[in-house]
Amino acid sequence: MPMAASEIERLILAAIPDAEVTIRDLAGDGDHYAARVVSRSFAGMSRIRQHQAVYSALGGRVGGELHALQLETAVPETETNSE
Amino acid sequence: MNDPQGDAGSRIGDIVKSNDVVLFMKGTALFPQCGFSSRAVAILDHLGAKYETVDVLQDPEIRQGIKSYSDWPTIPQLYVKGEFVGGSDIMMEMFESGELQQLIGADA
Repeated sequence: MPMAASEIERLILAAIPDAEVTIRDLAGDGDHYAARVVSRSFAGMSRIRQHQAVYSALGGRVGGELHALQLETAVPETETNSE
Repeated sequence: MNDPQGDAGSRIGDIVKSNDVVLFMKGTALFPQCGFSSRAVAILDHLGAKYETVDVLQDPEIRQGIKSYSDWPTIPQLYVKGEFVGGSDIMMEMFESGELQQLIGADA
């Protein structure tokens, strides 16, 4: 079932208010998206936890209503000076 | 939701503990049935990793069970030495950064 990119962004922002969300519709069918989510709240979280935070924001839609969401998460550049 | 301690959970526990590198996927390594599973297989093949696959399409119990076992909504899912590593996006990120080679190459 198709889902609008704006709806995905809205749900992510509702759960992660400081997130910078970039969404690409990969196939133009409203069902295959790539999302990049950048948030300070990800600092100190493993990649698994970061992705789980986004999946949780989308409230169980990923893997169901939203078939394919290619996901990339990151902490803003200024926060990543630990490496 | 499945009980993660239930039958599927214990079967999955056995699988991830008895295989160093195991990919839960849709289809087989030779014939992946989904682009994401295909990408995961391509990464492991590129690394020359020795791995097992579990075709969740052949086993509805595992297909549902692995989602609650890992608290992860999508397939594929990679486990290395009993630990959940992530889905195909995380595999790709770790492949590009060299972390996956380290993790799998350690003594695979």
